[in-house]
Amino acid sequence: MKRIALSLLLGVALPALADRLPLPADTPASYSAECGSCHLAYPPALLAAGDWQRLMAGLNDHFGTDAAVDGKKGAEIKSFLERHAGNATKLGNAGNPPRISTTARFIRKHDEVPAKLWRDPRVKSAANCEACHRGAANGNYSEHDIVLPSPKR
Amino acid sequence: MRTLPPLILLLASLAGHAETPQQIGKIYATEAATQQAGFTPSAKRGEAFFRQRFAQNDKMPACTSCHTDNPLNAGQHAVTGKAIRPLAVAANGERFSDPAKVEKWFGRNCKEVVGRACTPGEKADFVAYMSEVR
Repeated sequence: MKRIALSLLLGVALPALADRLPLPADTPASYSAECGSCHLAYPPALLAAGDWQRLMAGLNDHFGTDAAVDGKKGAEIKSFLERHAGNATKLGNAGNPPRISTTARFIRKHDEVPAKLWRDPRVKSAANCEACHRGAANGNYSEHDIVLPSPKR
Repeated sequence: MRTLPPLILLLASLAGHAETPQQIGKIYATEAATQQAGFTPSAKRGEAFFRQRFAQNDKMPACTSCHTDNPLNAGQHAVTGKAIRPLAVAANGERFSDPAKVEKWFGRNCKEVVGRACTPGEKADFVAYMSEVR
């Protein structure tokens, strides 16, 4: 009983304490397979619905790569992203083509990260959440669990 | 299963069945043989292809740009930095077991790195190398 009470308490308290962005329970397998092979399967709440729509419309030139998916999977992924998209006002403008890392929210959250770290070969790009957020694949973006790549000797 | 004619293997593959790398290699080799009589897959040619610098793409001039010089090692996406599990079957048993997935990635990566679609012969050689490399 005690354990149940504790887990209930944690379940309520954790989302408030940490940045928990796990993939929604109804995430289609196609999203992880098609979008999560070259980069992390990003939490859909990190872009607004309009931005996801623009992104999905331009997959044949996705930041220089042809990431086109077939019609049925594309429709499934698009409707999933729209369903769980974030609040456009809170996120801020994502630019065109939309990038999560262009949104005001992302920039604000990462304003302490030095430019040198972004260029580190182990980080490579802002697309590589897992370089520092080691639990990103499980939705853990808490600032308490960040491991910055150690300086090279 | 291994003795079934390639057409049946191909049909099975379309239905999304799991296959072995040998079966997948055989599908490509059979296709290659229709274009080039007496075609036999070669792991050695596959390795040369894996190491070839196509230089069609600044960020990904070769397969090794993301998959490293040793296919037994984990790689890293040249643009996004995402970790890539080893290509070699000896290091990653999931490789070359899903024909649709194999065909999808040959499609994407050949276009992006080689600058054109790969031929069935190139695919058969590549699968042979990745299946045999230790």
